[in-house]
Amino acid sequence: MLRRRINLLFGGDEKRVDSRTIYVGHRPCPATEAFIPPKFCDNRIVSSKYTIWNFLPKNLFEQFRRIANFYFLIIFLVQVIVDTPTSPVTSGLPLFFVITVTAIKQGYEDWLRHKADYEVNKYPVIVLEDGRSIRKESEKIKVGDIVEVVEDETFPCDLILLQSTRDDDTCFVTTASLDGESNHKTHYTVPDTEKDLQSLNATIECEQPQPDLYKFVGRMHIYKTDQEPAVRSLGPENLLLKGATLKNTKKIYGVAVYTGMETKMALNYQGKSQKRSAVEKSINAFLLVYLCILISKAVVCTTLKYVWQSQDGQDEPWYNEKTQKEKDTYVYLKMFTDFLSFMVLFNFIIPVSMYVTVEMQKFLGSFFITWDKDFFDPEIQEGALVNTSDLNEELGQVEYVFTDKTGTLTQNNMEYIECCIDGFQYRNSDSMSELDGFCVTDGPVSKLQQKAGRDKEELFLRALCLCHTVQVKEAGPDEIDSDQVDGLVSELSQPDEQRGFIASSPDEVALVKGAMKHGFTFLGLENKSMKIRNRENNVELYDLLHVLNFDPVRRRMSVIVRSKSGETLLFCKGADSSIFPRVRQEEVDRIRMHVERNATEGYRTLCVAYKQLSPEEFAVADAGLRDARLALQDREEKLMAVYNQVETSMSLIGATAVEDRLQEEAAETMEALQGAGMKVWVLTGDKMETAKSTCYACRLFQRGTELLELTVRTLEDGGRKREERLHELLLDYHKKAVQDAPPVKAGVTRSWSTANQEYGFIIDGATLSLVMNPSPDTNSSRYKSLFLQICQNCTAVLCCRMAPLQKAQIVKMVKNSKGSPITLSIGDGANDVSMILEAHVGIGIKGKEGRQAVRNSDYAIPKLKHLKKLLLAHGHLYYVRIAHLVQYFFYKNLCFILPQFLYQFFCGYSQQPLYDAAYLTMYNICFTSMPILAFSLLEQHIAIEYLLDNATLYREIAKNAMLKWGPFLYWTVLGIFQGLLFFFGVKYLFSNPALQDNGQVFGNWSYGTIVFTVLVFTVTLKLALDTRHWTWINHFVIWGSLAFYVFFSFFWGGIIWPFLKQQRLYFVFANMLSSVSAWLVIILLILLSLLPDILLMVFRKPRGPHARQIAAVTPLSYKHLNERY
Amino acid sequence: MMASSYTAKEEDGHHSGSAAAGGPGSSKSKKPDNTAFKQQRLPAWQPILTAGTVLPAFFVIGLIFIPIGIGLFVTSNNIREFEIDYTGVDTNSPCNRCSQTYSWNISCTCSVPFSLEQPFESNVFMYYGLSNFYQNHRRYVKSRDDSQLNGDKSSLTNPSKECEPYRISEKKPIAPCGAIANSLFNDTLELYYIYPNGSRTLIPLVKKGIAWWTDKHVKFRNPPGNNDNLTITFQDTTKPVNWHKPVYELDPNDPDNNGFINEDFIVWMRTAALPTFRKLYRIIQKNKDNMTPTLPRGNYSLEIAYNYPVRSFDGRKRMILSTISWMGGKNPFLGIAYITVGSVCFFLGVVLLIIHHKYGNRNNNADIPN
Repeated sequence: MLRRRINLLFGGDEKRVDSRTIYVGHRPCPATEAFIPPKFCDNRIVSSKYTIWNFLPKNLFEQFRRIANFYFLIIFLVQVIVDTPTSPVTSGLPLFFVITVTAIKQGYEDWLRHKADYEVNKYPVIVLEDGRSIRKESEKIKVGDIVEVVEDETFPCDLILLQSTRDDDTCFVTTASLDGESNHKTHYTVPDTEKDLQSLNATIECEQPQPDLYKFVGRMHIYKTDQEPAVRSLGPENLLLKGATLKNTKKIYGVAVYTGMETKMALNYQGKSQKRSAVEKSINAFLLVYLCILISKAVVCTTLKYVWQSQDGQDEPWYNEKTQKEKDTYVYLKMFTDFLSFMVLFNFIIPVSMYVTVEMQKFLGSFFITWDKDFFDPEIQEGALVNTSDLNEELGQVEYVFTDKTGTLTQNNMEYIECCIDGFQYRNSDSMSELDGFCVTDGPVSKLQQKAGRDKEELFLRALCLCHTVQVKEAGPDEIDSDQVDGLVSELSQPDEQRGFIASSPDEVALVKGAMKHGFTFLGLENKSMKIRNRENNVELYDLLHVLNFDPVRRRMSVIVRSKSGETLLFCKGADSSIFPRVRQEEVDRIRMHVERNATEGYRTLCVAYKQLSPEEFAVADAGLRDARLALQDREEKLMAVYNQVETSMSLIGATAVEDRLQEEAAETMEALQGAGMKVWVLTGDKMETAKSTCYACRLFQRGTELLELTVRTLEDGGRKREERLHELLLDYHKKAVQDAPPVKAGVTRSWSTANQEYGFIIDGATLSLVMNPSPDTNSSRYKSLFLQICQNCTAVLCCRMAPLQKAQIVKMVKNSKGSPITLSIGDGANDVSMILEAHVGIGIKGKEGRQAVRNSDYAIPKLKHLKKLLLAHGHLYYVRIAHLVQYFFYKNLCFILPQFLYQFFCGYSQQPLYDAAYLTMYNICFTSMPILAFSLLEQHIAIEYLLDNATLYREIAKNAMLKWGPFLYWTVLGIFQGLLFFFGVKYLFSNPALQDNGQVFGNWSYGTIVFTVLVFTVTLKLALDTRHWTWINHFVIWGSLAFYVFFSFFWGGIIWPFLKQQRLYFVFANMLSSVSAWLVIILLILLSLLPDILLMVFRKPRGPHARQIAAVTPLSYKHLNERY
Repeated sequence: MMASSYTAKEEDGHHSGSAAAGGPGSSKSKKPDNTAFKQQRLPAWQPILTAGTVLPAFFVIGLIFIPIGIGLFVTSNNIREFEIDYTGVDTNSPCNRCSQTYSWNISCTCSVPFSLEQPFESNVFMYYGLSNFYQNHRRYVKSRDDSQLNGDKSSLTNPSKECEPYRISEKKPIAPCGAIANSLFNDTLELYYIYPNGSRTLIPLVKKGIAWWTDKHVKFRNPPGNNDNLTITFQDTTKPVNWHKPVYELDPNDPDNNGFINEDFIVWMRTAALPTFRKLYRIIQKNKDNMTPTLPRGNYSLEIAYNYPVRSFDGRKRMILSTISWMGGKNPFLGIAYITVGSVCFFLGVVLLIIHHKYGNRNNNADIPN
């Protein structure tokens, strides 16, 4: 019944199918049939993955879902069950180690999450209950509770504002941590609610939770005794979001509507999923190849075994009879166990130790990021932070960079730079001694020695002082240095300048401050009159008659004031494009040059115009404005019409340039990233104009860049349906950027020519949602791919007015596009969290907007400028290191196992190991693990300085270049070549096993030991050949592990070990060394194995551009270094 | 050999602006340490391999390897080696009868005449060789009990399970147990020199010094007990099924070569690497006077007590006489390999020299225009 009536009242919102009803303060309402306390989730935030109880099974399950772990488990079980040539300990121990370490690591991370959740959930809040304020833990807030929030506190859940301590029933909030907009937003209380919240009897009906931050629809029914319930509509202006901060308002009361995981912030927060690096995918691919090799080896051996055994007398010669058990075994079962035995024998080809080494490399390697003093920011006294070490190498593979604007590219700190009055330039000088000498300041800066007339100057400055909606902050002494996230507090040290301003746009504050620097100070608005102090320290008063508000379509705003002398003046400021047509042309020409120059320098320019209104004109305008404001229908249109009418035939006084201060070295960083072949996309929730000028300032867009715009404005230009226009524009842009563009070579050699026309693309949130979720009827499924193609051919893309989830959507779209490029997101606020989580690599900036981004990022750095070193130097090196590590591991195990495989052909396919069990186990753990680990931590094939100076070097490893099938094949062939060489070289030597000068012979264990010695030395020396950067650690580890091998072999063969069943190696090594032939064959084989590598290195050097660069680079960069120090 | 630049990257003594701006606060613990290691600035040696630098290395390798190879080749060629197959597969061969009417119990003898074209100087080593005998089969290799062989009392009476099915015979533990021991090579070879006048003389064969010293003295040991009377020591055990006599009768005349420390036995227990192998059997000491060769050229006769069946698995038995050099027995492989590798390196050196000379004159990095 009630609903029907409401629907009658507010017709046309049948779309809302599902809604929730909230009883404010849990008080039953008379109109409802029965009070059923509805069930909503509590206000607890849960981001952790495990509990104590499910940790073990869940974690184990997740770990064994990795194919490698599962494979090792299978091998281990086979070894336990079947009679195999090696003991289960050899594979069980490393597996256990890996599993335990990983579990501990993940458990610790989850514990940290638990702790963070606890902190949030136990945060004390004040809830009004039965007329009393009760302190509660944040997690205990229920939907319907009335919550009290004081200044500078964040809202614990989504609230409907009921009461504010401010007189005008408003409150200010910043949503910086939600959407990155750091200005103060005004929110309104629900009109006509009772002052006494205790007696308020109301229900709120609102939509079910949804993630869009800017949308909220609801209505409130206020029941008063013996009255028809009043209905108030609720919009986003009444909703205070969890995560936003209350500003400049002492205290507010609100009723909780969405709590816990249903708040808009939580809905915008995506679960953290395990990120896998591209290298890991390559490893898995290689793993499959090796698994195939392994299985085929086992199959070949098993088959040949049974073929061989079928010959007379070979299966069971008289000297080698089977046990009774073996004889009884069913032949197919025996075949199967034989197959498994071969698998176990060759399983070292896929070593557990590789995973351990990779994990260790990543873990230890990430310390270099933390330790890097270049990442240390003296301001916040912190360095870089590594949250995931799994992605180190991914930093060297980034193709797309998605960056947030506010707080990331810019400091969101507007600063007045200069103005231009009547064509003369006045650059602001920071020198305060010249405060009064406004006329003097321009002298040294401006080449033009002339100045505009004093009248003009003062007029211009008055315009700046009057034409705005800035409020002066009622600054108590304690509030001067209070938390000003948006940097509104003046940075000047003069007490006079400490005045705080609050405005919806930081530009306005900057302009007012700019005027202040030139001697005109805005003192505030009192009783509809604006007070300014002029240069002579006299206070001037102006009556504020009308404010013609800013809107993005008009792109200007005006005020109409009346001075004491009775003049009625209209001051207008706005974008050049919207001002120029409304002023006299001859004035425009003088100023246009300045405006354009400033714009290309990345400043935000505004033009200031004025107009003196005659009493008649004013009367007309006044009447028009009043009529329009009172209009009930089409109020907006009517207002617009009047505005447009009033703001005509003005005269231009000047222009201003305001700098949205970029982060340190933002432009250089962006340039370096683009030079490294990365595409930079700016995703921001901010306005298009602001974002565009930032892009210019960062040199993402350059003067020659042609901008392709796809925004609501361009869509509505044609006056046709949006969809049609969108279709048309998309096709048009596609033709321009994709079809007409010269074909771009794929891969590393992507042309980086400045000769071609460069394109920049701009799209806004609304249009994006049209592109992403087109209406099903049109042939619009192609939009997405068209859009992607255009974007891929643009040097830079700007997406403005994005909701956090839209940012993630974009990242996801690019991530899943053809070639699945590696994406990186960088941001500093909670609004960036979703995109940070979505991208392959998420970087958080330890900015001022809280720690949300940092917590959810994979890496956190203090400043944007650090991104350059992180990617170009660290990323590059990590990638090269790990790629080499992976290839090397597969290679060394291939030439380790290949002789063992070949040996099967000469031992009757009996799974006889060539090497002793100790060697089998120790090979990967001790003899060859440390050098590669040291290499993969310390290698710098190109000096860091050179990497930083030459961003193009980054392109050489793009697209996973070192882990493609080509290099993999090279390593595999090398491994096979060396394996063959080891085995057959020693075999030819053993054609006469009398190798000692006393005529005594060597047996099979000597054979294996010689092969193994050659193997260990070759594999280690191969790494030594590849090492371009020999620190003492490399020396120590490489020579040390060789020495250790020799020492161990002596030791192992020097004692009769009581715990061993067989003393296979007893004095085998020592005897081997006493044989000159063995020495000679070892030296020969090592040299021969390394010969192709040396040759390739020598011959490749002059040819490939890559190698030449390196050859040229190394000595050069060191010379360079020496000069510096 | 390599162009190398040993540049000590110095400890970063220069203070960047940011560090200085940190002021006193920068000494806080959170600031990363400015050590060479943590900043990845460890002094490093940066070898650069170019055609010019590797060039001498190739020549040096070539110049070293070729002489070594020639030396090895000559040495190997100077080694006298004589090999005779006495399996008796061929119906004409003297051992054909023995090889066919084989039985473990009846001893069969045959004699194979041969002549040496060249005299054998210095010590001559006598080997027996087996072919297609898989001493390296896994089931075979592991079928032994090293602690039993090391004289462990408990293993003597309770051999390891690995020895199956050669562990227990007639309810007594086998000593030495296992397939390897069981299949001990038991042909007896004797060598006669046939004078031109038809009379023959037995050439003395030394049966000690054929096993590794460490094996003989440490790894293999008779069980503790009465050393003179091994019969008592081994009384609770039985001989391996294929053996004619128990282990304590392997060499009853020499207590130092009897039981587990019998050298023939030890040599056999060292399993061969490949299915075709040779094992040292006896040593023919050179004559004391040093005037006449150990084995002068002429006719010889090899007398064989043919006990060891190999035809069932298509095996072959050989007797090999060989002299030994410092590099061991005759094996041309090493010499040829060294000469080849040395030549290849030398050749590559020449090629590199040409490249270097032609293109690398102006610039140290050979800059080949493409």
